[in-house]
Amino acid sequence: MASHPSNPAPTGSSFSAAERAIAAARKGRPRSVAARKAGERVVKAGLLACALFSIFVTTAIVVVLVRQTISFFGMPEVSLSDFLFGTTWSPLLGEEKHFGIWPLINGTVLVSVIAAAFALPVGLVAAIYLSEYAPARVRATIKPTLEVLAGVPTVVFGFFAINFITPGLQLVSGKFGFYNATGAGLAVGMMILPIVCSLSEDALRAVPRSLRDGAYALGSTKFDVSVRVVVPAALSGIVAAFLLAITRAIGETMIVALAAGGLANLTIAPWAETQTMTAYMVQIFLGDAPADGVEYKSSYAVAFVLFLMTLGLTMAGNAALRWFREEYE
Amino acid sequence: MTAIPAGIEIPRERRAWKARLFLATCLFATTLAVAMLAVLLASIATKGLPWIVDAEAFRASFAEGGNGLAGWRDWIRTEFFTEYASRKPLKAGIKAPLWGSVWVVTICALVALPVGVATAIYLEEFAGRTRLSRLIQTNIRNLAGVPSIVYGIIGLTAFARMFGVFGTGDDETLSIGDPDGFLYLMLPFGQSVLSGGLTLMLVILPVVIISSQEAFRAVPASLRQASLAMGATTWQTVWNITLPAALPTILTGTILAISRAIGEAAPLLVLGVPLFISNTPANLMDDFTVLPFQIFDWAKRPQADFQGLAAAAIVVLLVVLLSFNVVAVVIRQKLHRPLS
Repeated sequence: MASHPSNPAPTGSSFSAAERAIAAARKGRPRSVAARKAGERVVKAGLLACALFSIFVTTAIVVVLVRQTISFFGMPEVSLSDFLFGTTWSPLLGEEKHFGIWPLINGTVLVSVIAAAFALPVGLVAAIYLSEYAPARVRATIKPTLEVLAGVPTVVFGFFAINFITPGLQLVSGKFGFYNATGAGLAVGMMILPIVCSLSEDALRAVPRSLRDGAYALGSTKFDVSVRVVVPAALSGIVAAFLLAITRAIGETMIVALAAGGLANLTIAPWAETQTMTAYMVQIFLGDAPADGVEYKSSYAVAFVLFLMTLGLTMAGNAALRWFREEYE
Repeated sequence: MTAIPAGIEIPRERRAWKARLFLATCLFATTLAVAMLAVLLASIATKGLPWIVDAEAFRASFAEGGNGLAGWRDWIRTEFFTEYASRKPLKAGIKAPLWGSVWVVTICALVALPVGVATAIYLEEFAGRTRLSRLIQTNIRNLAGVPSIVYGIIGLTAFARMFGVFGTGDDETLSIGDPDGFLYLMLPFGQSVLSGGLTLMLVILPVVIISSQEAFRAVPASLRQASLAMGATTWQTVWNITLPAALPTILTGTILAISRAIGEAAPLLVLGVPLFISNTPANLMDDFTVLPFQIFDWAKRPQADFQGLAAAAIVVLLVVLLSFNVVAVVIRQKLHRPLS
């Protein structure tokens, strides 16, 4: 019956999904219900094992970082209170080593704030333009362009920072050194700009049309509709986009390793050299510190602090999506 | 008209001006974003192209009587692609990092794609809304926010040293097979291409899972119901119906994730990838370096020649990434058929 001449088996790309379902059912060997159920269970177990791999990765991250951090604090040169409240980070210089984490946190936050101050407003405004104002053709050109910018590796932004941004800043003011927080911060801003823009735009476009139409019917201008209706309605998505972008800025490594410098400095001067947590880790892992030495282990403690910071921000972003979400139907 | 509260009565011209000012800001921000990309690409191309293309030979080739594009061997500085890294800029090339990147990314893709898609299938098609599946889901979202340098630490501990299970010294390794052959394996993996590929796999796995899940969610429920109504099991439905329908979107997402892996340097830097390498990998246990890491090393040096080499390597990297993007777009356009 299967190969009735008036009912030829569909071939090639003319297969519709439903026809494929029928073909699959015909092809299937008749098996006992028990055998099918057993096979199904084996497959499900295999898939579950793959899904559990991600849990294993998280566990590995936490266990490795916690164990190394504990062994770091077990060393005689180190004290927990110095780490948490100290304001000097000088593991590689001088006779007496100091491990106060604040200069590194300061560097990380300074670079991230500069990046955010540039990328968040520009990205959001560009997103509003693309979602609310731009003609379809303009949107169709700019969206892929931003996707290209999002795909540029971060080491490229680092190269751009030291070769073009920092020389430009030095033209503006002689205060800027070769390594400075602003050059690195602006490059990190360039890196996170497409993330902010594209995720905010998704959130804005998800706002139902009826809200816009309602506002127009009340006599609003396009500006009023965009800023007073659409942006507040999309707030959860925009906040989540901002938090994700800041998380990326905090964890960014190659840009700051090239452009921000290697001096852990407790300063907010944007022209000064500064060291972020990630840049310190690069310095240690590129150097030849012995694997059981206190400098080497300090990088794990720094990594643990970095991990906790980014984890907190990621969870805040997910919470923002859940809690501020307004449902429109 | 008296019903309008006094506070909202802003003169019409002021409202119009505000709207115009805002539109101008919008246009400025968008132009700035696009202009940045243009400046970035143009500045890197002007710095890097002289190291890839011999300008004089190029002009001669395209002048009267030249071979044009067909004579590319005359004007491309082939030594840039066939030489290893060197202290002399004119003799330096990207052979080792180019091949290293190919090896590492291939390993990364071969592991990340099946594991990621299997996880997505489990979460979307099998698990339902149990507590375990919610835990895995939250966990994957959190993993996506972990900085790549932290994955480097895990790669170093889990793959390069294997938690010290096989000893910590270099001589205490367990090796299988002939060190010169293709099928050579040692435990722990050390700073090998296998460690590098698996470390990058950790970095992109959450992205692959999340984009694959979205692909499965976009498959209309009616297709599954039709298959289940024919008596197919869940797995038969996934294998014959859902997976083929979701595949174009999965591949697009995976290609974009892999292009992120090509550009990653931080995790491999933690892994301890050496800088000077004068061989290309022959098996999974060989040393390697990658393009972004070579770029980082050149960009750190103060000499203008090395900055030029870095820019040239960036040009190569961007061309590779751009072609990946084009493939992703083509897959999205060609294979994507409306399903409902």
